[in-house]
Amino acid sequence: MALSLGLLVQADSAYSFCGFYVAKADTKIFNKASQVVLARQDDKTVITMANDFKGDPKEFAVVIPVPTLIERGQINVGDKNMIDHLDAYTSPRLVEYFDGSPCQLALMERRMSRDAALPASKSLLARAEALGVTVQAQYTVGEYDIVILSAKQGQGLETWLKESGYRLPRGTSEVLGSYIKQKMHFFVAKVNLKEQSKLGFNYLRPIQVAYESPKFMLPLRLGTLNADGYQELFIYTLTQKGRVEPTNYRSVKLPTGMDLPIYIKTRFKDFYRDMFDQQVKQADMRAVFTEYAWDMNWCDPCAAEPLAYEELRGLGVFWLSHEVGSAFPGPGRRPVPPPTSGARDVFVTRLHVRYDAQHFPEDLVLQETADRNNFQARYVLRHPWKGEEASCPASEDYRREVIRRQENEARQLADLTGWKLADIRAQMNLGRDTADTQGKWWQKLWSR
Amino acid sequence: MPTKFSSLPVSRFFASDPRHYQIAVLAALLVYGVGWLGFDTAGREITLLLATALITQFLCGKFFSVSAFDPRSALISGLSLCLLLRTNSTFLLILTAVITIASKFVLKWNHKHIFNPTNFGIVAMLALSGEVWVSPAQWGSKLYFGFLMACLGGMVVHRALRSDVSYAFIFSYAAILFGRAYWLGDPLAIPLKQLQSGALLLFTFFMISDPKTTPDSRAGRILFALLVAGGAAYVQFVLYRTNGLLWSLALCSLLTPLVDYLLPGTKYQWTSPTNGNKGELHEKDRLVLGPVPRPVGSSGFGL
Repeated sequence: MALSLGLLVQADSAYSFCGFYVAKADTKIFNKASQVVLARQDDKTVITMANDFKGDPKEFAVVIPVPTLIERGQINVGDKNMIDHLDAYTSPRLVEYFDGSPCQLALMERRMSRDAALPASKSLLARAEALGVTVQAQYTVGEYDIVILSAKQGQGLETWLKESGYRLPRGTSEVLGSYIKQKMHFFVAKVNLKEQSKLGFNYLRPIQVAYESPKFMLPLRLGTLNADGYQELFIYTLTQKGRVEPTNYRSVKLPTGMDLPIYIKTRFKDFYRDMFDQQVKQADMRAVFTEYAWDMNWCDPCAAEPLAYEELRGLGVFWLSHEVGSAFPGPGRRPVPPPTSGARDVFVTRLHVRYDAQHFPEDLVLQETADRNNFQARYVLRHPWKGEEASCPASEDYRREVIRRQENEARQLADLTGWKLADIRAQMNLGRDTADTQGKWWQKLWSR
Repeated sequence: MPTKFSSLPVSRFFASDPRHYQIAVLAALLVYGVGWLGFDTAGREITLLLATALITQFLCGKFFSVSAFDPRSALISGLSLCLLLRTNSTFLLILTAVITIASKFVLKWNHKHIFNPTNFGIVAMLALSGEVWVSPAQWGSKLYFGFLMACLGGMVVHRALRSDVSYAFIFSYAAILFGRAYWLGDPLAIPLKQLQSGALLLFTFFMISDPKTTPDSRAGRILFALLVAGGAAYVQFVLYRTNGLLWSLALCSLLTPLVDYLLPGTKYQWTSPTNGNKGELHEKDRLVLGPVPRPVGSSGFGL
């Protein structure tokens, strides 16, 4: 509290969010989730793929289709912390306001955010030999052994992968064959245990690939083959011009700006998960959700600070030059104001999709638009004033207003999450009947 | 029973000019898009686009000495822009509407529009500014909506007797999608999903069907439809670029004079056998739109 008051005094902007970062939720909200960062300008793309593979590292292998043949220098091992930071920066956020005394209007605000880092799960297994398959190159990058492949047909590639000890789900050869005809190439990555123990990482770091191709897409199809049920994918795009959207699936913005009951503060991650479930249901699981679209220079409120120059470069934003970007000012999660100069040419879009083969039969194709309108999933908590009742004539009206407001918040929450209204009202300690607390219609008729 | 319905004033109004249907359908789609699908367009953009389209139509009519001001074609173009065009820039919004309408008056060959106006306006801005975009997936792919649009669109097209170009296009495009899926070994779900696109149906039944810009003969129109379908697939699946339908239509429109030369036919006029005996409204429309050769100031049928 002292911190927020201190900041309030310092804050000179009219929109003085004086909040501090209150809570960070667990990252494991959604199961079977992957994270992909796409930095793209013109046809140059850097893709960063994170995974949260929990098993034995020697069991880990992944087959990744890429639009072009890639060389050694085009593959890199990235830093997971950068993705986590990007995830925190773009995650849905909760803002807290405190009602002032109705008699003497004063406002204090706080905000907090939650984090939705959801790492990847992709699996397929590994070893090497040939069958109409060309091993273009083989090398070790970081803790990964990488094999770059070209193939003439899917069946051959599948056989080769199987002979190499990879376990492949049914239908793999069809999808691989389709990709081969679409002139895609592949690489297989598996963990080099020696390198891993030398490096000392106890988790698998994200794999990065840089390539130049007009194809702005994400291959979802391989991922749906070995999945039982749906999968969750978070796509963070870093572009120069503006928001990124799918061109072959409808995109829907998450509901935003709603007032929610105070108790959501401790249950924000449940809220986010269940609200997302509801949204997916309403869209018949046939939509990609936009959760954040913002100029990377600033944020308001900030769930985390904007990414620093080095982080953006690390995630593949190759068009940034040193002279332009400077390190971000401001500790804590204060809003960073829009830049006046030295702006960084990066626009971030966060897309969230829940997919399976039935609802997302084809790969996701994206386009960069010129839309620079900022969007965030932001929810509001309004704390009622806790002062003496009837300390002034306005307080009675205020009390009624608060009850009405809380009733609306309860309904809103029920609508958004599908939670039972009765449970919500119980959690909020709302009286059974709010009708009489709202007063009779004539009470205000001749009120002084 | 049909005679009873057709004698209703509403029915006569729609029968009097196929564009009345089109305006109603486009307006309904816009309401649906903004109200239910969360289109990134608001009252301000819609007002600006419609007002600019109408004013440009009026001014161009004066400048090119077209006898009477007819808002219908401009309204169709304006509504179509509302459905398709997205930009953050007010200036570009206005400029696109101006270019769209002005193109009808300026870009002509042998008294015939070369481009579908909306198609030209959007493609020109996509090419020149880089600050506008089209969201082809905004309609989603819910089957019922596709059917609805096909029915509504089909009805409208049928009245203008240019359904052949729509059907030729959609069948050839579908054949390409299914053929491609077969060649790739993809499941049927993929081409079916690609066909269940509101944007595709809108294009098929409201844009390519424009009788003022399609070739005059049936054979020519079918050839034209095949070219557009092939071009769209080329842009999408070979060049991997977006808006294949729009680019392909714009480029193929340049070939229409050649197709008309090779496969000549009767030019379109706003008279059709289905409403040829519908009475005074029809006569009035002909007067407004002018006789053959085609009227200078009307946009033609289509987006």
